[in-house]
Amino acid sequence: MLKVRGLTKTYGDTEVVRGLDLDVRRGECFGLLGPNGAGKTTTLRLLLGLTDPDSGSIELAGIKVPQMAREARMKVGVVPQLDNLDPDFSVRENLLAYGRYFGMSKAAVTARVPMLLEFAGLANKADAQIAQLSGGMKRRLTLARALVHDPDILFLDEPTTGLDPQARHLIWQGLRRLLAEGKTIVLTTHFMDEAERLADRLAILDHGRRVVEGAPRALIEAHIEPAVVEVFGEGLADWTRAHAATLCLRHESVGETLFCYTATPDSVIDALKEVPALRYVHRPSNLEDVFLKLTGRDLRD
Amino acid sequence: MIKHLRLPRLSWRFIPVWQRNYLVWKKLAIPSILGNLADPMLYMLGLGFGLGSLLPDIDGMSYLSFLAAGTVAYSTMNAATFEVLYSSFSRMHVQRTWDAILNAPMTLDDIMLGELTWATSKSLLSGVAILAVIWGLGLFGNFWMTLWIIPVVALVGFCFGGMGLVMNAVSPSYDFFLYYFTLVITPMVLLCGVFFPVTQLPPLLQSVSAWLPLTHAIDLARPLVIGRVPDSVALHVTALLIYGSLGYVIALALTRKRLLK
Ligand SMILES: Nc1ncnc2c1ncn2[C@@H]1O[C@H](COP(=O)(O)OP(=O)(O)OP(=O)(O)O)[C@@H](O)[C@H]1O
Ligand SMILES: [Mg+2]
Repeated sequence: MLKVRGLTKTYGDTEVVRGLDLDVRRGECFGLLGPNGAGKTTTLRLLLGLTDPDSGSIELAGIKVPQMAREARMKVGVVPQLDNLDPDFSVRENLLAYGRYFGMSKAAVTARVPMLLEFAGLANKADAQIAQLSGGMKRRLTLARALVHDPDILFLDEPTTGLDPQARHLIWQGLRRLLAEGKTIVLTTHFMDEAERLADRLAILDHGRRVVEGAPRALIEAHIEPAVVEVFGEGLADWTRAHAATLCLRHESVGETLFCYTATPDSVIDALKEVPALRYVHRPSNLEDVFLKLTGRDLRD
Repeated sequence: MIKHLRLPRLSWRFIPVWQRNYLVWKKLAIPSILGNLADPMLYMLGLGFGLGSLLPDIDGMSYLSFLAAGTVAYSTMNAATFEVLYSSFSRMHVQRTWDAILNAPMTLDDIMLGELTWATSKSLLSGVAILAVIWGLGLFGNFWMTLWIIPVVALVGFCFGGMGLVMNAVSPSYDFFLYYFTLVITPMVLLCGVFFPVTQLPPLLQSVSAWLPLTHAIDLARPLVIGRVPDSVALHVTALLIYGSLGYVIALALTRKRLLK
């Protein structure tokens, strides 16, 4: 569905995207992860033909981009990182206007509006103004707007950033429904749980490069020990010196916390119980551990 | 800029953009028309009646007629300029409506052609409203001749719409537009014969005035108001077309650089 080879984009002196290769199959949900400024949004803009790459090739739904970007965009629905609903229009009018940009007749869009509103959970808000919508409603309307022309593939740039858990779950349900209908989804996100839940495969980008690619579970198994014990409290430094190297397969001190990666958490916990001043959290390792291991813990901006 | 400079690819896809602006405008059409009319009317009637009685006829027409003809061009220019400056800028920069449209199979060429034709439509309305006042007050020479003012007004709207889009493309904020008014629009109003004949100016300024688009607009509109065929029609029409088209092409390149880099 999407084939990218050697994609490169430079802004000034910085290479924002560096030799990126991507393959997304029909019907799958592909996650693009990466710290702030990793180049996720720029990559999506390149894929849509909204900016020209310095080198590399893109084939989207079998159509060459940027050469035939207009035709390719016919097949794609986009949820941008920042909402850009039309504030001068009501909910329904937003959908009608957006359909016209795809060359759809008024009748064709009108016929789809009830279904789209139902999908977005906005059936009773058809005539509301955009300013009256909550953040979650706006995001759902943006998603419905992206579906107005019934695209084969969806690009979602951080679709649930800034939403409360209820709103996120609603969006996830919607996306699962679309996947079940056979749509292809490319999704960027900073939420590891979101990627773990939705993505069949994902790539982690850093400084415009693909650091790793694979299915979420496979990545966790390949890169991280099965369990993590996070330890903090009085006397941590002494305990770390005395036990970390022997009890943990790998350990990392970050600020006032020790991250102890292990295959046998019970033995770590037994040792910790002897030091009541220390507190700990025991959990299975997750995608976030992979992400932090591969991209480091430094802030990006 | 050079990299982004190429001939626009015009297509009918600009129509949904025009239509979008029209539908929004329609919601507030009446106040918008009144607002468009109020300012030029006040000037025209205030100055025309107040000053007109003190002044002799100019080229055989009353000062009120003279001023009315200038106001048609002036008001059209303003309507187009305000639309592509403030309104287009809020759609492009503040509301990011253009970004949303670009995610559809639309190009910047389409969007800006939609904006330009919309600004032309709005200024056409503005010019025709002043024309209606001219009809109402009987300030014209030959009614049928004044109908030619309608295409002239559309042309003037196109010209200043295209020019204004260049400002839109380079502006960081609304405040920036004040420069355009202070440095371009206001001098033009004073140099191009809206309020007094260009022949009153020193020769040097007269030769500057001959190059300015508003002069060409007024040279077409004023004779038509008093019922004469304008001189050098082809020259004036060509000049207005060139200013407008060049503005559109340059604005397109600058906006590509701004949004699609
Ligand atoms: N138009 C532009 N001009 C110059 N630099 C840009 C432009 N767009 C993006 N950049 C830079 O390119 C880098 C990548 O930006 P991009 O928006 O693609 O990152 P991202 O992965 O989407 O980040 P985030 O998670 O914060 O959304 C950043 O350093 C950004 O400052
Ligand atoms: Mg981004």
